[in-house]
Amino acid sequence: MGLPPTPSQTVGPFFHIGIDGWIPSEVVSPSHPDAVRLFGTVRDGEGEPVIDALIEIWQANAVGRYAHPEDTRDELPLEEGFTGFGRACTDDDGRFEFVTVKPGPVPGRGGQLQAPHIAVSVFARGVLKRLATRIYFPDEADANAADPVLSSIEDADARSALVASEEDGGLRFDIHLQGDRETTFFAV
Amino acid sequence: MAHRVTGAVDLAGYRRDDVDVDPPSLHPSYVATRTRAPKRPLVPLPHTLSEITGPAYGHERIGELDHDLTRQHEGEPIGERIILHGRVLDGDGRPVRNTLVEIWQANAAGRYLHAVDRHPAPLDPNFTGAGRCLTDDEGRYRFVTVKPGAYPWGNHPNAWRAAHIHISLFGPAFATRLVSQLYFPGDPLFFQDPIFHAVRDPRDRERLISSFDLEQTVPEWALAYQFDVVLRGREATPMED
Repeated sequence: MGLPPTPSQTVGPFFHIGIDGWIPSEVVSPSHPDAVRLFGTVRDGEGEPVIDALIEIWQANAVGRYAHPEDTRDELPLEEGFTGFGRACTDDDGRFEFVTVKPGPVPGRGGQLQAPHIAVSVFARGVLKRLATRIYFPDEADANAADPVLSSIEDADARSALVASEEDGGLRFDIHLQGDRETTFFAV
Repeated sequence: MAHRVTGAVDLAGYRRDDVDVDPPSLHPSYVATRTRAPKRPLVPLPHTLSEITGPAYGHERIGELDHDLTRQHEGEPIGERIILHGRVLDGDGRPVRNTLVEIWQANAAGRYLHAVDRHPAPLDPNFTGAGRCLTDDEGRYRFVTVKPGAYPWGNHPNAWRAAHIHISLFGPAFATRLVSQLYFPGDPLFFQDPIFHAVRDPRDRERLISSFDLEQTVPEWALAYQFDVVLRGREATPMED
């Protein structure tokens, strides 16, 4: 055992003053030829929109390379200016929106490829510790069926709820913090 | 899919044996958790490249005065000027270098510059309450700000938040992302603050309280408080499936 980590605390309702805006929700420009609009609504256990949630996404680029020193697969090109990170705050309807590109597949443990996915962090007032989930893609049925993380979710409805749905020319991914449609959150 | 890929993909993950320091999702005395805490058990996620990597962001966007919350406007904010500093360490005590630290806080009167904050205390035209900086090669960060005031928040009758500053850190990985709050020593409001008390073990709560630091005090100018942050430690070797 090393040093015990600093405990988590809620982001609270006022994070916008320090967090909002300076890190964009547009991971790529909307004019990027492969730009995808990724949007959704965050709801609580009573179905009410969560108007004070902070959503962060982290992803590989279109060929499946992370802009990070520990992704050493130099055969996959990095892209100038692509960080793979975006931040969005929910609005008065509990809605968030990103513009990004679909990531390529990335390796899982043991070298098996994972289906393309985006790692998601959810923070909000009333959420004491970051909630982590993943967004998968609707045009990847075979890869999704073989994905080791998706497959580890026993409930079929919960599994399919992690796959975004095509809507209005973009991808929709709703987040339910609690209740019958509760989103699958992971112990990271 | 039976695809296999080559390369160093089975990197060491992050330790999972110390997550008990974090509060549970549901802490009923913090009322908002009642409708916002997930009720299903979390699904264990193996630490793949997706969790071992993470954003290194903002470095080129940090402004010269972003770390000094007292110099972001024409005049100086009202309140007790303080230096807030500390180190960001990993679970083995090594410095986490060049990582983004973000803070936000109420002003000295206990009011946030935020439309949702209805506390009838004055806003300060010289105080936004947001700062950011990067840690140096020894994992050190330093802010200049004013000590935030306590404020009422309606969670329960006569509820007041203990004075605190919100702090956000990334560390090297998606797995090390942390948002927390730091408090000030001797605050009389701790006993009735359910957010502070959501951390179960008093020794862990104690680690959310900054310490008064006479050494770093600048005579005739500002008192100093130290708050070290420890991010999750790393497994020594890659985990087997």
